[in-house]
Amino acid sequence: MNWFELLTLHSPALIVAVPLLAAFLTPLISKINDIVRNLFVLIMLSITGLLVAILGYDVFTNGIRVYVFGGGAPLPSGMTLPVRIMFEVDAMSIFMIIITIVLAFISIIYSLSYLKNQDGLDKYYTIVLLLIASVFGMELTGDLFNFFVFLEISCITSCALIAFYIHKKESILAAFNYIVISSIGALFILFAIALLYGQYNALNMATLASSIEFTFFDKIALVLLITGLAMKAGLVPMHMWLPDAYGRAPASVTIILIGATMASFYALLRVSFTIYGNSLAVELNKVGNSSIKLNMILGTFVLVLAIITIIVGVLMALKQSNLKKMIAFAAIAEIGYMFLAVGSWLVALNDPNLAVAGFNALKGGIFHIINDVLDIGLLFLVAGAIYYATKETSLNMMGGLARNMKYTTVFFIIGLLAVSGMPPMNGFASKLLIYESTYLINPILAIVAVLCSILLLAVFVKVLHSAFLGPEIPDFKDVKEVPKSMLAAMGVIACVIIIFGLFPDMIVNNLVQPAAEALANNSNYITSVLGGGA
Amino acid sequence: MITWESFLETFETGSGFWNPLVWITAVVVAFLIVYIIRGYGKKDYKEKTGQTQAFLSGNPEYEKEQMHIKGSNVYWGFTESLKWVYKVLDKIHTGNPSDYVLWFVIIMGVLFVIVEVI
Repeated sequence: MNWFELLTLHSPALIVAVPLLAAFLTPLISKINDIVRNLFVLIMLSITGLLVAILGYDVFTNGIRVYVFGGGAPLPSGMTLPVRIMFEVDAMSIFMIIITIVLAFISIIYSLSYLKNQDGLDKYYTIVLLLIASVFGMELTGDLFNFFVFLEISCITSCALIAFYIHKKESILAAFNYIVISSIGALFILFAIALLYGQYNALNMATLASSIEFTFFDKIALVLLITGLAMKAGLVPMHMWLPDAYGRAPASVTIILIGATMASFYALLRVSFTIYGNSLAVELNKVGNSSIKLNMILGTFVLVLAIITIIVGVLMALKQSNLKKMIAFAAIAEIGYMFLAVGSWLVALNDPNLAVAGFNALKGGIFHIINDVLDIGLLFLVAGAIYYATKETSLNMMGGLARNMKYTTVFFIIGLLAVSGMPPMNGFASKLLIYESTYLINPILAIVAVLCSILLLAVFVKVLHSAFLGPEIPDFKDVKEVPKSMLAAMGVIACVIIIFGLFPDMIVNNLVQPAAEALANNSNYITSVLGGGA
Repeated sequence: MITWESFLETFETGSGFWNPLVWITAVVVAFLIVYIIRGYGKKDYKEKTGQTQAFLSGNPEYEKEQMHIKGSNVYWGFTESLKWVYKVLDKIHTGNPSDYVLWFVIIMGVLFVIVEVI
């Protein structure tokens, strides 16, 4: 076995191990000097990025990868159930870890200048790397308890990073609210895992997926998992931690927090479609001759909450005068679009007439994950750039910034067009998929979604007018463009947004479609661990 | 394997299709047509005359700094007409984690009813 094969073999574990090890080495490296520390963090992330690329190539070429810790085979001799912790990596996991590594890079490059004058940066980089490692873990693991551990690490590190501006009471309050909500959500998730373990003696997702009988306790576990993860994903009315957390954290942290939120959304998809995938068509009740199936009723509920999420997110964003809170509410609306896609897929499940529409909705939802992360991420970085240059977050105090911050203005306009789904940006393609498929399920939902997207455009036109256009404000006469590393971070996202917008077919065919197929068909996931007999 | 041709392919969305490159070409052509039409416009436009002064119903024009509409005044009419909605939304967003947990429990309860646990 040559070094490349060895690297490929151990890449799932190394993707988590490298940032984890780097996190603990960072305080030591910081003793040398700041430049060496920054270089070290960037090199470690580059190595992780390389490993992500190797693993991605392997999964897209050879199919699902199962990595067993402490042994080669999922089933040790004499065992009937997989007892070892394992990572199970399919196209959906790869899709998510690509998002995470991109966000991690952008965040670190942006931090180099954005937080240059702050204290405690050794601890900052340590915690950021821990958060990145935990998000990778959540996306790669095939073990429910292991997932819970990574979830907890992400909660604690996120809380510490939200409270980065420790001298500001709003940051402390946001961090406190976040940890309270996250801990409660995580506890219910742990309780659900215990219920499943108590019944099936297994924590492995593939084993559980093949064993679930949808008993009374399975139903309780499903509800606890869905509620806990939906709260972490920011679904209305359990979203209230999100505007504070996103709004109060430094922009470089917010962009990774978006990745952590998306990891929870990914876990929600994994639980619903992989673990409970075989139970979704279960008949719950009968009304006359027609049966009420789980997917139908759950899908309808998700659709209702998704539309409420979009409306609440957009309306709340429209009235905000704090730029970061406004973008945070817009992020909630965007999450609503993803849930709209998931709800549509659930409703369309097992209906031959809606099969294509349902699968397109799922594709649209998955495509929207990456688009949302890029669009909202870019807007947060622009908000951070404005704060860096003006020390201001209130739109009431801003004006005429385009005169002195030309590049930032261009990046903002790209983010504005992308987040509101304007052609030819990336948001348009994913939203088009969602609108079309939702329209076939219920036209009213699609119409409301389109109208809210227009309102989202109005929200950010307000920012463009209030912050960037208009006469020069005397206080901001001497404002300068932000440093190059911040411009580079924003520029990279802007370029990716444009590329994704111009070539949606290539992105969907090569990244989104395999991810959607991996979620829609859980039998491959199960047989990769348990073999053909599962 | 990603080929060069795949960059130019039309994105099929089920019932429709989307090709951004065609769209951009159409927009560029439209702009060219607009530019040509603009060329036929009046050429007797005089800068720094009454033609370029703002007319505010006979009222004097304020200094430019005073004319900038602040963020919270934009869409004032919209937010004012939806005051009743915002009253409800503001009431929900209390900032109190106990209320956040309450919503979590409510959604959990509804889901328990939906999957027929209760």
